[in-house]
Formats: sequence, structure tokens, C-alpha cells
Amino acid sequence: MYLDPRVTTAVKVLVVGPFGVGKTTYIGSLSEIVPLRTEEEITEASEGYDDLSNMPDKTTTTVAMDFGRRTLNEQLVLYLFGTPGQERFKEMWEELSRGALGALVLVDPDRLDEAFPVLDLVEKFGLTMTIGVNTKDGMPKYDLDEIREALHLPDEIPVVNVDARDQQSSAKALITLVQHLMSTLV
Amino acid sequence: MHDDQETPLELTSELVPLFVIAKGRALPADHEYSRTALVTAQEGMSAAARTLTPEAREVMDLVSDGLLSVAEVAGRTQLPLGIVRILIAHLAEVGLVFVRPPTPRAVSHDRALLQAVVDGLQKTLGA
Repeated sequence: MYLDPRVTTAVKVLVVGPFGVGKTTYIGSLSEIVPLRTEEEITEASEGYDDLSNMPDKTTTTVAMDFGRRTLNEQLVLYLFGTPGQERFKEMWEELSRGALGALVLVDPDRLDEAFPVLDLVEKFGLTMTIGVNTKDGMPKYDLDEIREALHLPDEIPVVNVDARDQQSSAKALITLVQHLMSTLV
Repeated sequence: MHDDQETPLELTSELVPLFVIAKGRALPADHEYSRTALVTAQEGMSAAARTLTPEAREVMDLVSDGLLSVAEVAGRTQLPLGIVRILIAHLAEVGLVFVRPPTPRAVSHDRALLQAVVDGLQKTLGA
């Protein structure tokens, strides 16, 4: 359960996507530890107003997030943080995106509209991204170019099929993301 | 560590408000204790740990045997992340733990490091 004591560098990638898209499955496929969960409180403006005070109501919500770990060499470890894609969690995105290599955006090809708020957040925080179309049964159903078009993605953003249950397939999507990041370095 | 065999520590979290566990300390403002910071106990510090709150001691016990990220400390103790950050900041302040700050962007976006990430993924996963 402990890291190699020689580890000096921890890098992180955000695994983002709408609820139920397969983030936890994906993390579980790549993690060397049983995925863990953090809980944290965020404050958010609740809907509607308190008529008496005329102040927007603030409520506190506990957000649970799953994450995993993969040791890459004796000095280097990768953390994968499953990150909910709703606008109201942007408080957490602040810390999560700082120093992150980028975001792997998991999308369900049958529910593409749910990906838009996620894509907005990734863009807002300036994260390098790769889109992983979760095929679930390992059988891609759609043409990747059609998905790119439906999501209004520019050509340079990689779109790949991924079977979140499969370790190799999941690793390949991650490698695509990191190579894409390398291609953007000057 | 044997996660299941040990008698569970009696944590006060269920009954005691979180600000009591944190002894009224605020969340550290800097980012040194964000979730990918790495934590381990300083050697020979067990005596000083006797005066800690049960939660701080649980964190201390966990990192006494090795190196873990702040996120893992939170995940394994099941304490809220914010509380864990406050506790670790305090333990670092009094010299009980050593904290390696998270990797800054300039380092994590270094080409050689990114290549090592790709190589590591390819090697360990055969992708």
C-alpha cells in the first residue's frame, strides 16, 4: 500500500465525465491499489433565494471522489482522480487542475449531450484533453469523426475509443493524452 | 498494515465537530498540502506523537510505515480531505512528518518527465 520510498515525483491526470460514464471503472483498470475515496465539503449556492434575507442560500455538500495510483518507475508515480463534471464542483477543479498533466474526458456515445458541461470546465481550467469514447462492451458503435463533430471538437484534440474495463485499452487512452500534451510543448 | 485485522481506532469524528478535531485551525492557504503532496513520518518521533488527538495520531500511525499521498491518507483514514490537510500541516509544523510538496507545472510538463510517464505506462501495462 505504500509508495516506493525513492518516489520523488507525483503526477496526476483527471478522469472526468458525467455521472455513470465509467470513471471509477477506468481508474480501477489502471490502479495498482484498490481505488480509494476522498470526501470533502464544498459550499455552493443553492437554487432559489431566501426571501427574508434576500441573500442567496449557501449550502454545504459532501463530494466523494474516487482515485487510483500507478507507479511508473522507482521515482515516479501517477495519480488518477475521478472528477465530477458539473459546474458546481469547480471549487475542487481549482486544486485538481493545478499541475495536472491533463484530463481524460470519458464520454458515453449514447449520451453525448452530457459531455458539454464537462468540456466547458476542462477548457475553463486550461487543461490539455483527450476524449475517450467508452465503448463499454469493447465494440465501438460510432464513427469517431462523427463524435468529434457532435462535440464540436477541433481537429487537434484526440478522440479515441476506450474500453474502461480493459487495462491495455485504458492505458492506451492515457498514453494518447500524454503524447498529445508533449506535442503541444514548444 | 493489515486493514481489516486491527481493532478499529475509536475516532471522535462521528460525535465531535470537525473544527474540534482540527483544533480550530483553518485550512492551510498554500498548496503544499494538496492531494498529491507526499507524506511520511520523521524517524524517531513516536514519543512526541503521544499528545496528539486520536485523528492526528491515526494519520501519524499511517505514515509511520511509509510514504503516501495526502489523498491516500484521507482515503485510508476516511477523514474528510480538508481535515487531513489541516492535520498534516500541523504535524509538519511540529516536525513529526516530512512533506514533499506537489509537483509544480513546470516540472510535470517537462518533456523528459512526460516521456517517462509514457514509458512507464507502456512497460507496466504492456500497452
